[in-house]
Amino acid sequence: MLTYSPVTFEKGALQMIKYIGQRLIYIIIALFIIITATFFLMRLAPGNPFASERAVPPAIQESLNEKYGLDNPWYVQYGEYLLNTVQGDFGTSMKYRYRETNEMIAEGFPISMTLGLEAMFIAVGMGVLIGTIAALFHNKWPDYAMSIVAVIGISVPSFVMASVLQYYLALQVGWFPIAGWNGFIYSILPAVALASTPMAFIAKLTRSSMLEETNSEYVKMAKAKGISKWVVTFKHALRNALLPVVTYLAPLTAGIITGSFVIEEIFAIPGMGKYFVTSITNRDYTVIMGTTVFYSIILLLAVLIVDILYSFIDPRIKLRGGKSSGK
Amino acid sequence: MNEPVLQIKDLQIDFSTYAGTVNAVRGVSYDVFKGETLAIVGESGSGKSVTNQAIMKLLPQPPAIYSGGEILFDGKNLLKQSEKQMEKIRGNDISMIFQDPMTSLNPTMKVGRQITEVMLKHQKISRSDAKKRALELMQMVGIPMPEKRLNQYPHEFSGGMRQRVVIAIALAADPKLLIADEPTTALDVTIQAQILDVMKDIQKNSQTSIIFITHDLGVVANVADRVAVMYAGEIVEIGTVDDIFYNPQHPYTWGLLGSMPDLNEEKGQKLRTIEGSPPDLTDPPKGDAFAPRNPHAMKIDYEQNPPMFKVNDHHFAKTWRLHPDAPETEIPDIIKNRYMQYSGGVKE
Repeated sequence: MLTYSPVTFEKGALQMIKYIGQRLIYIIIALFIIITATFFLMRLAPGNPFASERAVPPAIQESLNEKYGLDNPWYVQYGEYLLNTVQGDFGTSMKYRYRETNEMIAEGFPISMTLGLEAMFIAVGMGVLIGTIAALFHNKWPDYAMSIVAVIGISVPSFVMASVLQYYLALQVGWFPIAGWNGFIYSILPAVALASTPMAFIAKLTRSSMLEETNSEYVKMAKAKGISKWVVTFKHALRNALLPVVTYLAPLTAGIITGSFVIEEIFAIPGMGKYFVTSITNRDYTVIMGTTVFYSIILLLAVLIVDILYSFIDPRIKLRGGKSSGK
Repeated sequence: MNEPVLQIKDLQIDFSTYAGTVNAVRGVSYDVFKGETLAIVGESGSGKSVTNQAIMKLLPQPPAIYSGGEILFDGKNLLKQSEKQMEKIRGNDISMIFQDPMTSLNPTMKVGRQITEVMLKHQKISRSDAKKRALELMQMVGIPMPEKRLNQYPHEFSGGMRQRVVIAIALAADPKLLIADEPTTALDVTIQAQILDVMKDIQKNSQTSIIFITHDLGVVANVADRVAVMYAGEIVEIGTVDDIFYNPQHPYTWGLLGSMPDLNEEKGQKLRTIEGSPPDLTDPPKGDAFAPRNPHAMKIDYEQNPPMFKVNDHHFAKTWRLHPDAPETEIPDIIKNRYMQYSGGVKE
C-alpha cells in the first residue's frame, strides 16, 4: 500500500543507469586529456630513461631507443601509446628490466589501497565524531579542546606527524612497529599519520555545518515535538550536516593518495607510491604513464561514487542522464 | 468563561547581548481558556514570539534569561520544569506551528516519519497504528492522496501543503494548547485563507486552545475570540475581538487599527502609519513606552508606567487616559467610523 508504484521505481532506475552511462563517457574523455597532457609534459622534461652518470656510447643509446620505440617521431609514439593504453597494456619498465608496469601496479596497489581505506575510515569516522561533539558543546571546553586538536591536525604536515608518531609510540613506548608492512598492526601508525590532516579538516567542516543545522528551524521544530537533544542531533541534524562532508570525500581521496607517497616512503611500505615517485625521477616513461592513468581512473571513479552517494543522502538531488527534465 | 488552560503571570525575559541586557518581555500576564483562540498582535520586536517560545522553553539559554514571573500549565510552573519534564510536555500537551513551512520540516526525512515521530515519542502506539493515525491526520488537514504523500520528502510539497503537514504534526498528540507563531505569514493570501479554515475546523472539533501570534489584523478578526496587543515587551491592551476592534482604548491600538487599509476609502488616500519607532529595550523608558509616539501623550506618560485599567469584565488597557482624573480624549474618527460601518450604521 505504502510503496512507490513499480513504474516510478523503474523510471528512477533507468535514470540512474542513463546517468552513470553518461558519466562514464565523461570519464573516458577526461582520461584521454590526462593521458595526452602527461605524455607531452613527460617528453618536455629534460633527460631520458637511459641517462646515467657514465657516458653511454652512442651506439648503445641508439639501440636502446630503438628497442623502446623512442627513435620514432613523437606522433607515432603517441599513437602507439594510445593504442596500448586502450588495450590495458602499459608496457615494460624502462629502468627495471623485465618488470611489467601492470605487474608493479598489481603488486603495490592492494597495499596502498589497504592503507588508504584505513586512513579514510579514520579521517571520516573520527572527524565526524569530533566535529559533532564540538558542535554539541559549542563554546564549552570540549569545543575548545577539539578546536586545538583540529588546528594541530591541519597545520602539522603528515610527514612530521609520521616521525613524531614513530618516535613516541613506536620507539619510546614500543606499542607499534616502527616501519615495515607485515600485518594489521603495521598499518596503524601510517594510517593515523595519513589521516590526521583530513580528519582535522572534516572535524572543522562537520562542526560548522552542524552548528548551522542546530540553529535551523526544523531542529527547533523537532525540539518542539518533545524529541530529546541527542535524538534531534543524530536523527535530524547529522544527516543534513554531513552533506558538505560527503562533497569533500572526492578531494579527500586525492589527498590520501598523494599523501600516501610520502607516508609509504617514511614507513618503508612497499605500496604504489614508491613506484610513482621514483618513476618520475627515473624518467621511466612507461611506469609514469601507467601509474598516472591508474590513479586517474581511481580518482574519477571516486568522484562518480561520491555524486551517486550524494543523491542517496539528499533526496532533493536527482541524478539525471541527458537533458530530460521534470519528474 | 471556563477555567484557564494556561496562566502567565508577570513574565519577564531578558537577553544578555554584547550591547547590554535587553528586557525583551517586561511583566506580561495573560490567561488562555479552554477552547478559545487568543490572538497576540504587535509589531516586530514587541516580544510576542519570545513570550510564546518561553511557554515551550525553547529559547536558548544563554542568551535568554527567565528573570521573573511564572507560566502555569496544568498546575505546574513550566519555568521550574527540568529539560526531561519539558520533553514530555512539548509536542504532547503543548505544540507549536512555526512561521515558515519552507524551513520548519527536515528536508532529508520522509513526511510520514516526521508525523509519526511525535506519536511514537509520546504515546504507547505501534508503528503501524501511528502510520494509520498519520494518514487520518493528513486527511483531516486536507492533504490529498495521503498514502502517496506519506512517503515523500518535504521538497515535493508546496508551501501551503507543507504548512498542513506542520499542522498535522502539531495535532498528532492531541495537545491541549496549540501555539501558532505567524502560521500564515509566509503563505500567499488564498493559501492563508485555506490554512485558517483548517485551523478553525480543528478547534471546533477538538476544543484545543490556540494562541495565535500575528501582525495581520485581518487574520485576527477572522480567527480570534480574544486579542492581546503587545508593545515593547508589555501587553498594552487585552479584550474580546469586539472590544479591541470597536472600542479600543490604548492609543497604540488606535494606531494599529488606523494603519489598516480600508476598502471604502477614497482613492488616492495615503496609507497611515504610526510615527517613530519602538524604544530601545536595553534601556526601557521610565514611563509609558509608547509615549514618544503617542500624539495624545500627557506629562505623566513620560514619568510613570501606567497600570492596567479595567474597561469592563473582559477588557483591560494600560494607559493613563483611563485614569478617572485624566482629561477626555476622543477615540479617533477613523475607528469610530469603522464601527458605524460594520455595525450597520451609515458613514457620513
